[in-house]
Amino acid sequence: MSESGGLTIAVPRGALFDGTVELLGALGIDTEELRANDRKLLFEDIGVITMRPTDVPTYVEAGAADLGVTGKDVLLEQTAQHPGESGREVYELLDLGYGRCTMVLASKAGPDPAQEALRRLGVMRVATKYPRIAARHLEQTGRQGEIVEVKGSVELAPLTGIVEAIVDLTATGTTLRENNLVIREEILDVTARLIANPVSHKLKAARIDEFAGRLRALPVPGG
Amino acid sequence: MIHPIPSGTRDVLPDETREVRAITDTLRGSFERRGYGEIYTPALEYESVLSRADMADAHPAYRVFDEAGAVLVLRSDMTVPIARVVATRYPTSEPPLRFCYFAHCYRGVRPQRAQPRELLQAGIELIGAPAPEGTAEALTVLCDALLATGLHDFRIGLGDASLFPALMASLGVPEELRAELLAALALRDFVRLGELLAAAGLPPDARAMLLDLPQRRGGAGVLTDLPGPAEQAVMGLVAVHGLLAPDAAERVIFDLGLIRNIGYYTGAVFEVYDPALGAPIGGGGRYDELLGRYGRSLPAVGFALGVDRLHHALAGEERGTGALLERSYGGGLSASGVGFASSEPAP
Repeated sequence: MSESGGLTIAVPRGALFDGTVELLGALGIDTEELRANDRKLLFEDIGVITMRPTDVPTYVEAGAADLGVTGKDVLLEQTAQHPGESGREVYELLDLGYGRCTMVLASKAGPDPAQEALRRLGVMRVATKYPRIAARHLEQTGRQGEIVEVKGSVELAPLTGIVEAIVDLTATGTTLRENNLVIREEILDVTARLIANPVSHKLKAARIDEFAGRLRALPVPGG
Repeated sequence: MIHPIPSGTRDVLPDETREVRAITDTLRGSFERRGYGEIYTPALEYESVLSRADMADAHPAYRVFDEAGAVLVLRSDMTVPIARVVATRYPTSEPPLRFCYFAHCYRGVRPQRAQPRELLQAGIELIGAPAPEGTAEALTVLCDALLATGLHDFRIGLGDASLFPALMASLGVPEELRAELLAALALRDFVRLGELLAAAGLPPDARAMLLDLPQRRGGAGVLTDLPGPAEQAVMGLVAVHGLLAPDAAERVIFDLGLIRNIGYYTGAVFEVYDPALGAPIGGGGRYDELLGRYGRSLPAVGFALGVDRLHHALAGEERGTGALLERSYGGGLSASGVGFASSEPAP
């Protein structure tokens, strides 16, 4: 049996991929093919399936993977934040520490157009890939907003004037600066998280605890 | 012409109906043999009557006004209507009372999530039978009914709704923090639970206990070295387990973090898992205070199975390609593993 202990793990392609592969490597899982072949989706020998980070909760909830790694931003967007809210049902087991980014509210440099819109129009328009996080943030800060959901480069929206602000994830702030946007508010820090399928969490309890325990025992990536 | 129906509702056509009917007939026979008589109640009830119960997450989501202006709701489960029936129609009957039902219930959904708005539930209520005997009877009926449908690999998670609140109270967790911790646990967000505990300034051993205990699940081993305040709830679970026949007892997974997102549970709670399905098939527990809210104070226990989920699990086991079966996408290490090999060894 593989080093993942017979568990299937959903690994995110993209920004969290390297950190996750490194972690699996540190657990003694042979990640060579995983690193080498970025077209392949299913790595049965090591119990890994790969996908976009936003799809990880989907596959884990459905039980296609017992465990998964994805960003807290994805979880905030897709899972319930209060009992009674609906969302993808997965267990959040561990903060893995890497992939640290900040969810921010940003607007064009100079006098804040969002402030002006709020003052004169009573509402600010916000473009984001994270409609639930953005709506929740506006609600919690007592402001009225109109959320414009976009799939691609969020920075384009304020530059074309369709919104006054954006809510987006940033690691270094470079893309924001390059597009003449400044951070107005830091909403929260996000990191990679280990999630589990609710039924696997019961039926494969010992294996999942052993896996999580080995992860916990590793040195924290990035300090 | 295509005429739409609301998202989360379905037409069930003959091929499927035949299979669903076979399942519900089997369950009905199993429940009836144990003395659980089937009842029907109206899908519409007065909101003022149903809202006597604490439903938490499962509050009725659909309201209409009748011709006199009274607010009617579509029931969201069958436990609360049956509590009403017991108080109203059986005010002096000698307990225990045993009922079973096959009924559609109605829940609010979030768009685009393929959640059912209307779901067919099959279940029992055992009224007037206290723990642990009543709980053990309900679990026995549950196991027998599932086995009768042909489900092989299911396991039953058994926990206690009062365990975590009791632990928080005894460790002196401030009142305002308790709701937050319970909410984090209800969301199964153990990272947030850890963060809240770390920020709360509790003694390290109390902190460790509150984070560790609700993550313990497995065989009887998870019940050892328990802190005093958890012991009472756990003794209750051990007593229930001890009353089960071996074939039911071996399916039990003790789960000290198990809580159900419905407010009326007071003691033992349980959920049914099958490796062929990524979500619980059903669950239930004790609700010793619910009947009192309707004026006939009796201890009670019951469970509800999602008939569609059970159908999916049965189909998954039959194909041997259930969601959590080992290497379910084929070819791999133990694809043949329908059977207990696909979950962990029985405790």
